[in-house]
Formats: sequence, C-alpha cells, structure tokens
Amino acid sequence: MEYILEMCNITKTFPGVKALDNVNLKVASGEIHALVGENGAGKSTLMNVLSGVYPHGTYSGKIFFENKECVFKNIKDSENTGIAIIHQELALEPYMTIGENIFLCNERSKMGFINWNETHRMAAELLEKVGLRENTHSLIKDISVGKQQLVEIAKALAKKAKLLILDEPTAALNETDSENLLNLLLQLKKDGITLILISHKLNEVLKVADSITILRDGATIETMKKDDTVTEDRIIKGMVGRQLVNRYPKRTPKIGEVCFEVRNWNVYDPLVEGRRIIKDVNIKLHKGEIVGIAGLMGSGRTELAMSIFGKSYGKNISGQILKDGKEIKIQNVRQAIDNGLAYVTEDRKTAGLVLIQDIKNNIGHANLSGLVKRWLIDENKEISVAEEYKKKLNIKAASVFQKTGELSGGNQQKVVLSKWIFTEPDILILDEPTRGIDVGAKYEIYCIINKLADEGKSILVISSEMPEILGICDRIYIMNEGRIVGEQYRNEASQESIMRCIMQSNRGEYGGDGKSKYVQ
Amino acid sequence: MVETVKVNTSNKTTYISGSVKTVLKNNIRQYAMLIALFTAMIIFQIATKGIFLKPMNVTNLILQNSYVLILAIGMTLCILTGGNIDLSVGSVCAFIGGIVGTLIINMKMDVWLAILIAIMAGALIGVWQGFWIAYVRIPAFIVTLSGMLVFRGLTNTLLKGLTLAPFPESFVKLSSGYIPDFSDVMGINIKVKDININITALVVGILASVIYVFLENKKRSEKKKYEMYIIPLPLFIAQLVFVVAAINVFFFYLAIHKGVPIILAIITVLLIGYSILTMKTVPGRYIYAMGGNEKAAKLSGINTNKVLFLTYVNMSVLAAIAGIAFTARSDAASPVAGVNFELDAIAACFIGGASAYGGVGTVIGAVIGALFMGVLNNGMSSLGVGSDWQMTIKGLVLLAAVAFDVISKSRAKA
Repeated sequence: MEYILEMCNITKTFPGVKALDNVNLKVASGEIHALVGENGAGKSTLMNVLSGVYPHGTYSGKIFFENKECVFKNIKDSENTGIAIIHQELALEPYMTIGENIFLCNERSKMGFINWNETHRMAAELLEKVGLRENTHSLIKDISVGKQQLVEIAKALAKKAKLLILDEPTAALNETDSENLLNLLLQLKKDGITLILISHKLNEVLKVADSITILRDGATIETMKKDDTVTEDRIIKGMVGRQLVNRYPKRTPKIGEVCFEVRNWNVYDPLVEGRRIIKDVNIKLHKGEIVGIAGLMGSGRTELAMSIFGKSYGKNISGQILKDGKEIKIQNVRQAIDNGLAYVTEDRKTAGLVLIQDIKNNIGHANLSGLVKRWLIDENKEISVAEEYKKKLNIKAASVFQKTGELSGGNQQKVVLSKWIFTEPDILILDEPTRGIDVGAKYEIYCIINKLADEGKSILVISSEMPEILGICDRIYIMNEGRIVGEQYRNEASQESIMRCIMQSNRGEYGGDGKSKYVQ
Repeated sequence: MVETVKVNTSNKTTYISGSVKTVLKNNIRQYAMLIALFTAMIIFQIATKGIFLKPMNVTNLILQNSYVLILAIGMTLCILTGGNIDLSVGSVCAFIGGIVGTLIINMKMDVWLAILIAIMAGALIGVWQGFWIAYVRIPAFIVTLSGMLVFRGLTNTLLKGLTLAPFPESFVKLSSGYIPDFSDVMGINIKVKDININITALVVGILASVIYVFLENKKRSEKKKYEMYIIPLPLFIAQLVFVVAAINVFFFYLAIHKGVPIILAIITVLLIGYSILTMKTVPGRYIYAMGGNEKAAKLSGINTNKVLFLTYVNMSVLAAIAGIAFTARSDAASPVAGVNFELDAIAACFIGGASAYGGVGTVIGAVIGALFMGVLNNGMSSLGVGSDWQMTIKGLVLLAAVAFDVISKSRAKA
C-alpha cells in the first residue's frame, strides 16, 4: 500500500495542555480517510499542523507527503505541495463573485493584470466538475451554504490539490445537499484525489470512507479499514472510550392538554417583496409534550420559530397564536417572553450568548427584572441563580465568573438553556439544540429537555439531525417549502417515512423536479 | 530521599515566584492607567520644580478639564453600545453655549430658566440624532459627523459669528465658583500662615475616604464569599492607604486654595450616578449586553433600538451640561468654542480601557483617561511645551495606551 501522507509521532502542546500526543496518521493514495473523534479530541489541531497553520517547529514529529519530508512555514507552503483544507467556517468573501473567490490568491493574471475572461472561463469549468450550476458572476452572499461549500471545493481544485481535507463539510447542509456532497467526494476519489474527511456524522463516514482513524484526547486510538464489521456503535465506542448503550435517554411522556396553538400562520420575506416564506402553518403543542419539526434546510423551520417568537423574522405576519385556548398578541420579543415563550437560537455564538461576558451575566439577560431589588441588580441573587443552574445543568466551568467564550460548545448551550429556563417559560422552542456538540454532552442536553417536559412544559425541537428528532420527540411535524406537509407520531415515524413525506410534497407541488432523483 | 526534598523546594519556589508574578500581572493591568496617571503627575512635579502640584494648579486641572470629563462619561455609554462614537459633542457644546448666551445676555432671561431650556435643547438634539442612529440605523459616525457640521453652523448663525460676553456673575460662578465653607457661615476661621483653610473640603475628603474604605471592604468580603480571586491582604491594605492618602492630599490642596469647586461636585455626582447606572441597573446591563452581542441581546428581549436611542439622547444632554460649564468658565459664548472636544472625549474613553467594538469599558476608566490627558496638557503647558508638540504627544499616548491593552490581552490569550 502506498501512502500519500504519513504523519509520525506528532505532538503539539499549548500552554498548559497537550493538544496532540504522539499522533500517527497514515493516509493511502486515492482513498477517503475519515478522521473522527469528539470535540476537543485534536482533529482540527492535527489538520492545522498538516496545513501549516502551526508552522514547522511549533510541534514535534515528522510529516511526509509523497515520501518527502515536509517543512511548512505557512499555509501557502502546504498548498504549493498539493494539500488544501476546507475549514468548517467557510473562508469565502461574501461580496465577491464565485469566480473571484475561486481564484482568490491564485489569480489568473499576466504582468500583474487580472485576466477576467480566463478567470471566469476556468471557474465555470471547475463548477461543472463539482456539479454546481451557477453563474460564476453570482455573489457568494446570494448563494446557499451548500453551494458555497461546492465553491470551496472548486477553489481547492483550482490550486491543483492532491490531498483535500474537509472539516465537517456537511455540518451546515441539509440532507439533499449532504448527499450530493458525499457523491461528489466519491467522484473526486475516482479522479485520483485523496481526501481526509472530518465528520461528526458517522452514517456519512460509513457511507464514503475507506478507512477511519479515531482520535481521543489528543491521541490516536485506532485506524480501521472499512468493512462490514465496522458499525456506528463500534466507532462511538472508540470515540468515547465506552459503549454508549443508548444515545437517547428513556422517558415516559405524560402528555396533557393543548396549551399552545398557532393558526393560519403566514410570513413574508423581509427583503423580497411578496415572497411568502411560511404558508398557512397550523401547529399545536400539548403540555409535557416534545414536538419535533423535521425538514430540510431552507424549509422555513427557523423562520417559523422566529416569527412566532416576537416577530423576530419576516414581515406582514398574519395568523393567530393561542395559549391555553386564549388568543394572545405578541408584537416583540419582550411580549413573547412575558407570555411564557422561550427560543433557543440555532447559533449560540452569534445569537445566543454575549461571549465576552461571564456565565452569570448571560444567564440573567432574558430576565433581568427577576434579579432587581430596589431598582438595582442584586448581584448576590445573580450569582446564586447562576450557581444553581451551573449545578442543575452540570455546566463545566471554573466558576460562574468564567467568560462564556471560553466554554466548550456543550457547556455554552447549557448556559443558553439556563438563561431561558430562568425566564420560567411554558413553551420552549429549541432550534438545533445539539449542533456541533459532542456525543456525551448531547446526551446531557436530551436529559435536560426530557426533564423540562416532565415538568409540564411544552417543547418544540427543530433539528436537521433526523435520528435526534426520532430519538426524543413524541410527535413530529414535517415541514417543506414553508408548509407543514405531514405529522407523524413517534411510533409510526422513521427516517424513510419522513423523507418520503418531504419528497411527495415536492412532487405534489412541482410535478417532480430535479430533486426527485434523490428518491430511489 | 535527597532528590525528593530537592523537587519539593524547587516546586515551592516556582509556586511563590509564580504567584507573585500573577499578582503583579493581574493587578498592574488593572491599575495600569492609575499608575500611569500618578507617574505622569510625579514626573511633571519634578520637571516643573514643584509648580505642577501647587494647590492652585490642582484646582485648575479640575476646572480646565471639567467639560471633557462630563463628555467622556456620556461617550463611554455610546462606545459601550457597540463602538459607536459621537462626533457632534464639541459643536453641541458651542451651540448650547450660544443658546444660553442669547437667552441670558441678549434676552436677559433668568439664569436657571436659561439653563433648563439649554438642557432641553440638548435633549432635543439627542432625539434628533438618536432617531437617525437607532431607528433608521444610519451609522452613528455619519449621523454625528453631520451633527458636528450642522450644530457648528447653527452656532454661527445664532451668534452671527460674534462672541457674546460677559455673563452675569451668578452664571459664571457655576463653573468657577466654590461650595461655600460652612465654617465661614458659622463664623469660624482657621488660618495657617495666613492661608485660609476650607473646613468643608477637609470634611468632604475624610467622608470620601471612609466611604471608599467601606465599599472596598464590602466588595472584598463579597468576593471572598464567592471564592473569587482577591488580591493579597497586604496589597489590599497598601491600596487602601494609597488611595485614602491621595484623596486626602487632594482635598487638602483644595482646602488651602479656595475649597471645593462647584463643578467638581457636579462631576462627582455624575460619575457616581453613571457608575451605578452602568454597573448596577437593568438599563446598564442592556447597554453592555447590546455592545457584547446585539443579536443575542435582541433575542433576549432587549429593545436595542430604544437603548441606542436613549444613549444618544443622554450623550447630547451631557454635551449640553458640558457646554454650559464651558461657557460659564470662559465667561463667553463663542462660535469657535468646543472645537476638538469630541476627540478629547473619545480618546479619554479608549485610554481608559473601552473597547472599540463595544461591550467593554467603564465610566471611571474614561474619567481616569480624561484626567490623564488633562495632566499631560497642563503639565506640558507648565513646562512650556508648544501646542504643536502637545498634540503629537497626546496622539502617541492614545496609541500607546490602546496598543498596551491589545498586546497584553493577546498575550494573556496565548
């Protein structure tokens, strides 16, 4: 077997922590090699060492690429060698065109002048290769995340990459786009490009990878060839160091009466005149019930949630909201909170937390009046409230005075949850509650959700991870193109039935468009 | 056996040196600005052969910088909301000066009524600018740049390009007067070597020290309760002694000059009021939360438009107060008053540790920053440094202060 890349005994320390400890990674020519591990296991650090983000000399160990030892001083060096990395946070310029982005820092130029015709001609060729039908003159900000991902790949191909590293490429993609991307990876493999795939989504790993390396706590646990004996459970066991018996905690639902209802809800796009985003949506929540909204990305789930939560999204919103059978009017977020609603955003970093502030400040934000004593904020109460939630939700932090920006994703999410639980809501809307969180922390979040439901609260969960929806929800609404297209109970729902529901609604509306090739 | 002992001792030494180091690191950063302020004062005191810290000069320092101090307090709030600045405050000061001048000198209006009208005019200016900034969401930089031109222009129109003077004494006293000494009222006169000593100033100094010690001690015991980091007791006592000494020396100086300036009382009230507002009240939290992450603040139910609007109304009201103080002090309403005040106020906030992105900074920091700039101005003038060099030096100090902050932060991260 010929190895295109060999990383031997890589050790990288940051002040106080050993991020990588004698890690070995061997990637064979022309394979798709998956790198898996929990958050903080060292995957990204390893890839940063490889791509020259951490220059030679700041780590110990050796890297061989095509049997030659590599001494990368920066990213440019690794790119010139033929290694390209696509980070989880895409590095595209939103106000530049696709063509400009593909050849950014790699311009088609003669004597310092850029040949734009050549740029766009070659960009179009590359788009064809990655299967993206889009004008190369479109601005990045105007295309979807899925398409942006393809542009990133085209950009890497433009640099004649022999080894392409993808860090969580499908994290922000819906199922269809993910599927397309995975097919593209297989295609690239056929064209002779070696790929390293970093992913949390084990089903995808199993679908495309030829071999799998597991990292845990900065060390290589094992590398395995993909064959029939490799299962998700087997990988998870390697990742967490123990067998995870059940990924979703058991719960016996105690479902009460209807306590929240949205009727004939319509929302229009705030930017595009006359474009309806949410179409005649009707949903109902019972006390103590966990309800899921499944759907592809772009189906309008977040828009629905935000428009209900104090009209935070959209315009010309019409429809009725009923709580405990009585109609309520919600014009802004404050009124939503006062009416017992809480909304945990899908992006905790940009919309959920003030990262430069500490845990106690963040927990207080949505209910400051609950901390006021004689016109002033009672700091003792603020601290004791924060301490209480830290204990209850098992937030792992040095103290409640730690800045939330320093916490791991799972603990940040627990702080956001604390903030909303402190408002004593009756209805919690959780948008992607476990995105980017590792397996162990996910389980804890599910336990919290279950506990809230057991206390009689109604919970609406939006998630792009179908197993999660199926694992924790009592009832599932299926959303597509801004409509509720189906409703299934836990016992009758499956990934297949949900996808079928979505695809049927697509066909119903458009008479079978390009997407139908997905249903086979 | 021998080896173990060795290891132990070496561990112990590293622990001690490490802890001393961290103590210094944590505290020097915290007090860097204060230390710089006092160092500058000592250097000027030596360089001017004792002129700098003469009682009269200390009083002057306060009077000269009173309007920048007031502006810096308001500017801190603007910057906290997200790095927004207000470029119009200098022109607003001049405009308000023009209004009080016209009302008091030309129209012979009652001083207090004129002041009330001037402050309301300030609020109206704030409503005007705040509307465009908060509800139309035009960047504050642009709206206030416009305001800077508009209100300078209106000042010229109002004053017809002329300077109005003089004001009646009751108005001038607001800015250059002193709080009456109760010992005078009671007929007691204490004189040392022919210098009349102002008892009020001494009493205020002692009261301030007692309150300071009480508050610091309370803060410390609360921190202890929550097992937060506290500075070692000797250092804490040293800090108390130092600050108490500084307070009392300062008030002693005031006492042997003319007493407590009225404007100092106004500034102190504003400083305490706004410190409480920012640190201890709900609106204060709103400002910090908005500056830290506006989207998150909005989704937490904070009406960020309203917060931004009120911050700018507040800024213009403070600009009006500063404008009144400045007019009273210069005993004239001039169309060229207040030029570059906005830049001094903004510089004071950043020197005082505010973040250019918002969400970080304190009112007291901005006041210390403003005092630092004032000390530089006054000290360099006493030394006979030309105004050309003064500007250059102030510019470099601003850069150095912010660079120090940025670099020490990035080191702390690494």
